[in-house]
Amino acid sequence: MYVAVKGGEAAILATHDLVAEARRGDESVPELAVAQIREQMGLACGRVMNEGSLYDPDLAALALKQSQGDAIEAAFLMRAYRTTLPRFGSSEPLDTAKMAIRRRVSATYKDLPGGQVLGPTYDYTHRLFDFSLMGEATPGEAQARPATHPLDASMPRVPDILGAEGLMEEEAPPEGDPRPFDLTREPVSFPAERDVRLQAMARGDEGFLLGLGYSVQRGFGNSHPFVGEVRVGEVSVEFTPEELGFAVDLGEITLTECQMVNQFAGSKDVPPQFTRGYGLSFGHSERKAMSMSLVDRALKAREFGEAATYPAQQDEFVLYHSDNVEAAGFVEHLKLPHYVDFQGELELIRRIRRERQERQDKLADQAGEALPEAAE
Amino acid sequence: MNTHLNVGEDTKPAYNYAYLDEQTKRMIRRALLKAVAIPGYQVPFGSREMPLARGWGTGGIQVTAAIIGPEDRLKVIDQGADDTTNAVSIRRFFERTADARTTEATDEATIIQTRHRIPEAPLKAGQIMVYQVPQPEPLRKLEPHEAETRKMHAWGEYGLMQVKLYENIARFGEVTTTYDYPVMVNGRYVMAPSPIPKFDNPKMQMSPALQLFGAGREKRIYAVPPHTSVRSLDFEDHPFRIQSWEQPCGLCGAADSYLDEVVIDDQGGRMFVCSDSHHCETRRAEGHRGAMLADASALHLVEDEAKS
Amino acid sequence: MATNETLIGAGFSDPVFQSQTAFRALLAALSEPGQVCELAIAVEPPAGLARATALALLTLADYETPIWLPASLRDGPAGAWLRFHCGATLVEDPARAAFAVIDGASPEPKLAAFNPGDDQFPDRSTTVIVQCAALAGGETMTLEGPGIAGSCAIAPSGLRPGFWDEVAANGALYPCGVDLILSHGAHLIGLPRSTQIQETR
Repeated sequence: MYVAVKGGEAAILATHDLVAEARRGDESVPELAVAQIREQMGLACGRVMNEGSLYDPDLAALALKQSQGDAIEAAFLMRAYRTTLPRFGSSEPLDTAKMAIRRRVSATYKDLPGGQVLGPTYDYTHRLFDFSLMGEATPGEAQARPATHPLDASMPRVPDILGAEGLMEEEAPPEGDPRPFDLTREPVSFPAERDVRLQAMARGDEGFLLGLGYSVQRGFGNSHPFVGEVRVGEVSVEFTPEELGFAVDLGEITLTECQMVNQFAGSKDVPPQFTRGYGLSFGHSERKAMSMSLVDRALKAREFGEAATYPAQQDEFVLYHSDNVEAAGFVEHLKLPHYVDFQGELELIRRIRRERQERQDKLADQAGEALPEAAE
Repeated sequence: MNTHLNVGEDTKPAYNYAYLDEQTKRMIRRALLKAVAIPGYQVPFGSREMPLARGWGTGGIQVTAAIIGPEDRLKVIDQGADDTTNAVSIRRFFERTADARTTEATDEATIIQTRHRIPEAPLKAGQIMVYQVPQPEPLRKLEPHEAETRKMHAWGEYGLMQVKLYENIARFGEVTTTYDYPVMVNGRYVMAPSPIPKFDNPKMQMSPALQLFGAGREKRIYAVPPHTSVRSLDFEDHPFRIQSWEQPCGLCGAADSYLDEVVIDDQGGRMFVCSDSHHCETRRAEGHRGAMLADASALHLVEDEAKS
Repeated sequence: MATNETLIGAGFSDPVFQSQTAFRALLAALSEPGQVCELAIAVEPPAGLARATALALLTLADYETPIWLPASLRDGPAGAWLRFHCGATLVEDPARAAFAVIDGASPEPKLAAFNPGDDQFPDRSTTVIVQCAALAGGETMTLEGPGIAGSCAIAPSGLRPGFWDEVAANGALYPCGVDLILSHGAHLIGLPRSTQIQETR
């Protein structure tokens, strides 16, 4: 009714109260602490940090709490906060070769310097419910036994091993090593360079990239990927303040890096070699990093002179549609009133139908008049 | 390092006037000046992540935030009405972040941020319209690739648009676009007027007000300066036409305003009322009475000022 | 820092609101070409810059927008003032400038030396601030185009011979072309590329 569109302000305020109530749920159940989410929902926090483009496990946990565990809503909270933060500068490039490894596996070599380090992974769990988790655990129960040997000090990255043999596509920074594009500050234009593509994917929706990566693997993209390496661990972040002139250690962040090795037939100028798809993400997030590396390789189609026939090979398609905060906003805005435009459509469709009916009636009348004449 | 954990207890001092930082405002202001210099051309800009959802007016909000000052009076409408939920939400945003002085009166406003309508009262010199734009590219439905549509604008190559409109005529006897009806600006750029009903298109032509358009998700700003030609695309044998209704507004009796249809019962009962709520209220205050005003008033759907 | 402050004059005393006020004047100037707009903000410009010029740059320029100045200004207090307050890079190549300041009477550089943008991105053109001897008293020019109801007249003075031919040639590049702001004292006139110039005698 007409009154329904009135009183918007009171209605909006009431929705805020209702959300708070729904978020808390049954008050006889203890409230979640942010630290509990951070410690016990770490993979969810990782996803929120990735898609929110902000490394802060505490805030990611808060975002998840505030959004009732809705990952996209949580990423949105992170981004809206991030955009207001002052920028002091850019860190030094991270060196993932120096990562403090928690997990490192390669599918391309049976063994390699540093070895295969399985680390914490769900890969070999049987997906059977552990009903003991329904109850309270006894402290100390979740302790893993320390390894018998320390890890090797050196863990070379697999593409570097291939590179030493000249078999891997070389990747040098662009001339002059310019500061990477920042797509949160500048508008993107197409074709997009690799720094822009990687950045967009790093904050892109995990599910969207997973689907695209899968499409490449199934045949919508000419790709033959091998996991050169997936590594997870801590890397230190360094920053060189203008006034000091030397790098200062800011602390460690947890990263997942995936280097996908792909075939390339070579061209007139380049002998056959392997090419690389790269994925890097915050936290322990292998699925994300692997999907990203598949799509990164697919997006190199233009550079390698391959036909860009499939969605995963088209930068504009991938970049515009992988941002889940944007996508969610536009999809969900359909909830907003559109009755002015809909009225325009109603007016049109009624009029076209009426005019059509009038034409048909007129034709029928003419036919009716014509018949008796013909009979005579 | 953890000072941000205190945020939330008192968020206000943490934010700049009108939410955006000054560097962002400068970037948007530069884009606005270029937009004004090239009427109808879409200027790419570094659209920021806003605390409101993309698609919910973040482009318009960024434009308003970059231009608004303490001297301004802001009016925010959605579907022509000041009290639709999204309009209320955006108005509250500027009241909170910019202590904005707001108004519902079209003629008092210096900035009017809108979604889907241009007010019925004629705009004046010195007023600024800020349109929220979901899809700034009028050619997007014909050509999904940005790289291609950019070339079409660069070369003024709009044949595809003409073909599409003419196909419509061949099939339905008229152009079936009822909103976001494309316009030609200053004889050079085809422009999306935002999803206003085509009823409002003629109000853009040679308007004395400055018209600014912000598309946040698509990261584009464009503009139409005052006194600029804005022609709805049409054909000599099929001139542009706007919507019309068989009955006037049920509340104020206006016969020349854009009407919303309200379903009043489940027996097919309909009531048509002005979409511009302020226009309708003003007319009722002046004594204009529509055929259904008494009914609507009796049911407490509206306040009948003439009675109370 | 303290030495800089004493050598270099102050910028905005209230950056948020003064820049907003100045921007609205600039927006009015470029959306209504030919109108004389005043920037009534008490900022003391450095030597060589009109107050309107200095305020326009203070409002619009920053580390993302290279500025071109005549060599005499670039190496003098004006250059230091803009570097300090805007954080802007001062460039020698006019074609790289987002903003430029020229002396309207000086024969060089020509408007054509600045970046006109390209047909896909005409917005990437230079905005050129032309410092004039006065915004009245010169040859009367009639303007038409977007932002102008019918036509209007301006008569800035102290412009080099052939200046209006350059403006007309710039207009012929539309939708490419530089945008002009004529400045003197605390006043300015916007002259975007969309404005057509007609000489009247």
